[in-house]
Amino acid sequence: MTTTENAPTQEIGRDRRRKEDRRLITGRTRWTDNQALTGLLHISVVRSPFAHAEIKGIDTSAAKQVPGVVAVYTAADLGADQVQLPCAWPVTKDMKAPQRPALAGSRVNFAGEGVAVVVARSAAIAKDAAEQVEVDYDELEPVLDMEAALADGATLVHPEIGTNANAQWVFDSGEAGSGGSVAEALQKAESDDDQIIVKRRFRQQRLVPVFMEPRSTVVDPSGEQLVMWSSTQVPHILKTMLALTLGLPEHKIRVIAPDVGGGFGGKIAVAPEEVLTLLVAQKLGKPVKWTETRSESLLTAHHGRDQIQDLTMSVTKDGQITGLDVKLLADMGAYLGLVGPGVPILGAFMFNAIYKIPAYRFDCTNVFTTKTLTDAYRGAGRPEATFGIERLMDEAALELGMEPMEFRRKNWIKHEEFPYTTVSTLTYDTGNYEAATDQALQMFDYDGLRREQQERRQRGDVKQLGIGISTFTEMCGLAPSRVLGSLDYGAGGWETASIRMLPTGKAEVVVGVSPHGQGHETAFSQIVADQLGVPFDDVEILHGDTQSSYKGLDTYGSRSLAVGGIAVVKAAEKVIEKAKPIAAHMLEASEGDLEFSGGRFTVKGTDKGVGIQDIALAVFAAHDYPEGIEPDIDAHATFDPENFSFPHGTHLCAVEVDTETGFVQLYKYVCVDDVGNVINPLIVEGQVHGGLAQGIAQALFEEAAYDDQGTLLSGTLVDYTLPTAADLISFDTANTTTASTTNPLGVKGVGEAGTIASTPAVVNSVLDAIRHLGVKDIDMPTTPYRVWSAIQNASGHAGRADEANVASPGAGLGSTASDISRGDTQGGHL
Amino acid sequence: MARIRTTVDGLVYEDDVEPRMLLVQYLRERLGKTGTVIGCDTSNCGACTVHLDGLSVKSCSVLAVQANGSEVLTIEGLERDGQLHPMQQAFHDNHALQCGYCTPGMIMQSIDLLGENPDPSEQEIREGIEGNLCRCTGYQNIVRAVQDAASKMKPGASATADSGAKQTVAGGGA
Repeated sequence: MTTTENAPTQEIGRDRRRKEDRRLITGRTRWTDNQALTGLLHISVVRSPFAHAEIKGIDTSAAKQVPGVVAVYTAADLGADQVQLPCAWPVTKDMKAPQRPALAGSRVNFAGEGVAVVVARSAAIAKDAAEQVEVDYDELEPVLDMEAALADGATLVHPEIGTNANAQWVFDSGEAGSGGSVAEALQKAESDDDQIIVKRRFRQQRLVPVFMEPRSTVVDPSGEQLVMWSSTQVPHILKTMLALTLGLPEHKIRVIAPDVGGGFGGKIAVAPEEVLTLLVAQKLGKPVKWTETRSESLLTAHHGRDQIQDLTMSVTKDGQITGLDVKLLADMGAYLGLVGPGVPILGAFMFNAIYKIPAYRFDCTNVFTTKTLTDAYRGAGRPEATFGIERLMDEAALELGMEPMEFRRKNWIKHEEFPYTTVSTLTYDTGNYEAATDQALQMFDYDGLRREQQERRQRGDVKQLGIGISTFTEMCGLAPSRVLGSLDYGAGGWETASIRMLPTGKAEVVVGVSPHGQGHETAFSQIVADQLGVPFDDVEILHGDTQSSYKGLDTYGSRSLAVGGIAVVKAAEKVIEKAKPIAAHMLEASEGDLEFSGGRFTVKGTDKGVGIQDIALAVFAAHDYPEGIEPDIDAHATFDPENFSFPHGTHLCAVEVDTETGFVQLYKYVCVDDVGNVINPLIVEGQVHGGLAQGIAQALFEEAAYDDQGTLLSGTLVDYTLPTAADLISFDTANTTTASTTNPLGVKGVGEAGTIASTPAVVNSVLDAIRHLGVKDIDMPTTPYRVWSAIQNASGHAGRADEANVASPGAGLGSTASDISRGDTQGGHL
Repeated sequence: MARIRTTVDGLVYEDDVEPRMLLVQYLRERLGKTGTVIGCDTSNCGACTVHLDGLSVKSCSVLAVQANGSEVLTIEGLERDGQLHPMQQAFHDNHALQCGYCTPGMIMQSIDLLGENPDPSEQEIREGIEGNLCRCTGYQNIVRAVQDAASKMKPGASATADSGAKQTVAGGGA
């Protein structure tokens, strides 16, 4: 890294206000749905109300009569049933992948799947006419429960692939040579009086990303290049995949992600509707727009999470973990999304978390059901794993009679042990769990709150206090390309940046990552300003248009800074390298005598110098430059990381649980995160806040619930209950810093950390508040009804679960009926 | 079709609209006021919040014909002579937005909130913006921004801020 410590202002580390705000706070925005083109047509998708059904016939005649309707197409009319939407992550060689069409041809496999499309002069007319399309369905048995789906004789979602199992992916540390055999460890523990075995089943409910901007796509087929504007996180991947999927020449496609209103993984996709909009536009030769309603979004945009986790830990009575066995069932839904099958597999590397675990096994089976498909949602596989291990750490501590933080402390990797290669084969470069924990405990007043908890217990207060811990790490900055290759992912994990030095000395920086709220324009400008020694305001970040940014792998997995930001650094280094001989020529000095600092080349030991911005003008004029080189200091760089980055932190949550109503009120939330060096503390804090809100929402509020026919019950924001400002509190956040050693800025990712860490802290706190009443577990979301029922059941009152309004939000039907008979969780199911 | 006459961000418009057309559709599709956005269709998210005769409304829950004879103020009409409204400035200063999709509605609602209660507590702010959903920020910096704007819009605070606040809270677009 080029340091600019002597420069007048150091941009890195400054809490710069964001460059991108001005447009957003004044309404001068360019959301895809704002796009208005002459002759623009609108489409509305006719969707199946049934989860699983044969399509017997579609009558489009009435819809075609509606004034303003241009066309009505079924799948066959467009060839949409022949399309195979891409899955880029075949996790095993024998993975079963059903065809995923852009419109269903003969069978629908989830409620909401498209079966026909209406094209009209306005969106309103298209919607009206869509109501007139008559579809004759023959209902089939829905497939809703993962365990039932794997049983012999189960109804198959896709009979043509012969099974509901998509893939089984196994990691065994004994076989990998990175640790012992779990089978042996557990066997030994069973016969060892000094060890206990802790077994738990946890449920990761289904969630919906719920980006605030509904998805939208506009396709203009009228130019030489077909142009697609889309509300996507992945314009580059989308472009390449459209070419591969539809057989279009890649150089004839331009994809633009204009302003994108949030994604959280939910816009990492090649959506059926994107393909459909393109097919309709091509067929009619006219620009076409699709914008979804919120209900369409909740019903058909991909969901996240949805796992059953069976966890077994062996541990010595003095608190040393000796083995961890993880068995997962992961619900893929009806089809495979772009990276869907790989999402739970990312958890394989994270169940061992920050702990030294000598023997570890991870065994995940992906299962098809007749529900909306699942794919990446903020954290993607890592929140699930972190929840599992951090809940299990509490359960084990409980069985050992050990203070939960003390138990963690006994097992985590000590700061002097870094770099540390884990049992799941990752090498954590840096970290200091002690430092983050000590600071968090102090900010939280852990001992004080424990005393308060004790006092409330003794008084028998209606509102009981609970304290929950989550000490987490995660792997992000996706990803080293070779690692992705070894995991059978279909692409690399590099990122690109280009710097164009303009004649007037300003810099245009083209990046391959594609922001949708992260503040890249600000953070990257800060990096470039320091690297090149140019003013922050002289830097413009260009992104999200494959015409200017032709190469990139886009934004997800907390990769934009840790991978994309480093590509920016590398490009800047090349600019300086290219400018050096020209500077030497201008200064009549030898290159070896030059040094670059604060935007200037100077001749060592003199005050002679020339600025990089002046060199930009000199190469533009090109009147006088050295022989044998090109008059150009622009540069392009591709950075392929050598490792993931491993942010970590300690999160502490206190809640008040009203034991009479089951209502959970957040009381205090402290987190101390180590995200490496910080480019912009304001942006980092904002990322943590938002991440926390989503993780807390999983613990307390949100669930995509289905009924026993496979109908989504949470199909509007009335039923899918996002937290409001009144549901949350102000969080106390802070940072400790151990710089990453695997990139020149020493940065780690931050976008997903809050979401990954917070969910188990909250659930642990809820249980901690009422465990003394006999409650053992509560499924997420821990709604008042579930908490109240758990307390009632534990105290011997049957409760009124049989009278519950099962269709109420968060009522838990996503867990399906068979869970109810399963085990000793209490109050978790209705 | 019904004929309506409205003042939007200080300009007078006369249009024939379908009786079923929502105000937000009228703003976006007919007037090109795309600063106001649609987030949910069920009046839960508040992204489409504008001021109608000085009070905040979710423009997805108002028919265009209901705005006949009224003054509408959107996010696009808040600036005065290139000066941001104190609430806009406070959102910027306090990093109260990330993707920015909820921001227009959130700002319009926050201004309305201060019109009712110029000196709200944190809890009053949280309850006052409860009808506006944000998925990015966890609301913490939005609360800070509203507190910041409240302190700057108080009588006796800087003249620019004060006058800006009075005009908009009063609902005047013109």
